[in-house]
Amino acid sequence: MDYENAEKILEVKHLKQYFNVGKKDEVRAVDDISFDIYKGETFGLVGESGSGKTTTGRAIIHLYEPTSGEILFNGKNVDNFKSKSDQREFRQDMQMIFQDPYASLNPRMKVKDIVAEGIDINHLAKDDADRSKRVEDLLETVGLNKDHSSRYPHEFSGGQRQRIGIARALAVDPKFVIADEPISALDVSIQAQVVNLMKKLQREQGLTYLFIAHDLSMVKYISDRIGVMHYGRMLEIADSDEIYAHPLHDYTKSLLSAVPIPDPEFERTREEISYDGSGENDGKERHLVEISPRHWVRAAEDEIDMYTKRAHAASLIHD
Amino acid sequence: MENEKNILEVRNLQVNFKTYAGDVKAIRDVSFDLRKGETLAIVGESGSGKSVTTRTIMGLNASNADIASGTIKYKGDDLLKKSEKEMEAIRGQDIAEIFQDPMTSLDPTMKIGRQIAEPLMVHKGMKKEKALAQALEMMKLVGITDAENRINDYPHQFSGGMRQRIVIAIALVNYPEILIADEPTTALDVTIQAQILNLMKELQDKISTSIIFITHDLGVVAGMADRVAVMYAGKIVEYGTVDEIFYNPKHPYTWGLLSSMPTMDTGGDELPSIPGTPPDLLDPPKGDAFAARNAYALKIDTEKEPPFFKVSDTHYAATWLMHPDAPEVTPPAQIVERQKKYAEMQSKLVQTQRTTSPVEEEEEQQ
Repeated sequence: MDYENAEKILEVKHLKQYFNVGKKDEVRAVDDISFDIYKGETFGLVGESGSGKTTTGRAIIHLYEPTSGEILFNGKNVDNFKSKSDQREFRQDMQMIFQDPYASLNPRMKVKDIVAEGIDINHLAKDDADRSKRVEDLLETVGLNKDHSSRYPHEFSGGQRQRIGIARALAVDPKFVIADEPISALDVSIQAQVVNLMKKLQREQGLTYLFIAHDLSMVKYISDRIGVMHYGRMLEIADSDEIYAHPLHDYTKSLLSAVPIPDPEFERTREEISYDGSGENDGKERHLVEISPRHWVRAAEDEIDMYTKRAHAASLIHD
Repeated sequence: MENEKNILEVRNLQVNFKTYAGDVKAIRDVSFDLRKGETLAIVGESGSGKSVTTRTIMGLNASNADIASGTIKYKGDDLLKKSEKEMEAIRGQDIAEIFQDPMTSLDPTMKIGRQIAEPLMVHKGMKKEKALAQALEMMKLVGITDAENRINDYPHQFSGGMRQRIVIAIALVNYPEILIADEPTTALDVTIQAQILNLMKELQDKISTSIIFITHDLGVVAGMADRVAVMYAGKIVEYGTVDEIFYNPKHPYTWGLLSSMPTMDTGGDELPSIPGTPPDLLDPPKGDAFAARNAYALKIDTEKEPPFFKVSDTHYAATWLMHPDAPEVTPPAQIVERQKKYAEMQSKLVQTQRTTSPVEEEEEQQ
């Protein structure tokens, strides 16, 4: 990725997404996060369950009204799309691939109708022949057979269903695709197939991905940059190679140290780093600080020095 | 038993499931041993038969399962010949299981202390007070903090990781000889997974249980297993020590599994993947079931099933590529890297032996 001339496609500014606001059981699922996604990149969002990564994805595609904060897509505030045409354009440009290929396809619809739903809603096809042609092309793009179009979802395996889900997302020519754990329900050998397909489509169609996952090795492989979330906050953002080689935040270090590696030698000597999150709630004000180029860490004023020293030690900064 | 060290010997196991469409041949002639105190990992994709194998050992198969042939010897007795009553006495006492999903494998309406105490009361005829006291000890052992106050809590009051600790406590409370762990950490986050895996290793040392560990996560296998069996389409296709399988794999399916999982250093545009999908076991293909997805397939693969070829005393692989007449093939790049590492490890081992052995000789002379 060339970040010098990169254009921002999405800007998330101080997004807060609370549930049950004002009640006793108020949940601060996403608590003041800010980040940008550039055109053509894959931004990986990692974190444990309950960290708010899925909520962030859903807030971006506007399935929720944000409690506060702004989401700008191509410079325009998603919240202010009042006119039908603006909304329709946004819904076309941004699409989603879901986690569970079994639950996300309507079992009573034929594959061609599932894939063509977006085409129908947006009146993209001139006539029936054009519609069938588009569906067949899409199925071919994702590696399925055009004969598959008149079958029902139950006739397909998990990996094939996920391909149908991808074809559906691509039907309306999106610019930005949110993939929420798109491979975690699939077998190892099939995961690689789907990831390769997503990468191929990105190269061919210039797509931008927000890739949400908890499988850290796969996220590293597919992402250009990665954001680490914990308890609704963004703790660290950096290029994927850098964040894995030189994590600066203690939580990221702990998270990475827990990833099992398929290498017995490495596993025998592995040391886990534990993380105590209580320090985060000491009342100090923290925000993301750019410690080294494009490497952001959530820090309080008096912690910046410590992170800068860490970055020096990892020779991320040169004087 | 053929071997003193073996606690469990499975021989020629065949299990079919009767369905409307016909017989699904889920397990097609599987044999393996479990040794005392070891962890044997069974890896494979969904539908490869790993869970059916362990469910057959536990006598917990669905009612349409038909065990067509085979023996499962535990302490000299064939478990397949036992009555349901006899199996009830073995389950939870000699052989226990940790299930995948901690959210559904506990009784939501029973206090957790009682759930942990239950196996003691059922199998050992222990009085409730004594069983609960021992359950409390078990809760402390598996790392549930503030155990005294939490013994009367219900499952929903615990997090996923804590619930899995409770499930482990229930499985281990009778100090079983064999523990079957079927994807015990798949539903958990990585940091919690690391804690649970460490706990399992620790407890294994304490009570010297043998573990059959089922998973599809090769990273977890690398950290947990002493030996590994790779299953594909209802058969074991390769087995060996954990080092042999990870650093010197011989079966193309094992190559595919290992290369399709990105490590932290994998780069490049394309991840090596295994094309296609596993075969339909209603009508398993002739010859090697993996042939259709195998870039290294030989002509004979579609005609005749490969037998096990010996790689070392502990390592066997069922692929025609191991036949003396088979052409030389170069495995995928990642596997070549692994083999290099293995060669280095072996030569280091030989060197240390050489440097240490003369000293011993001198000592003997004295």
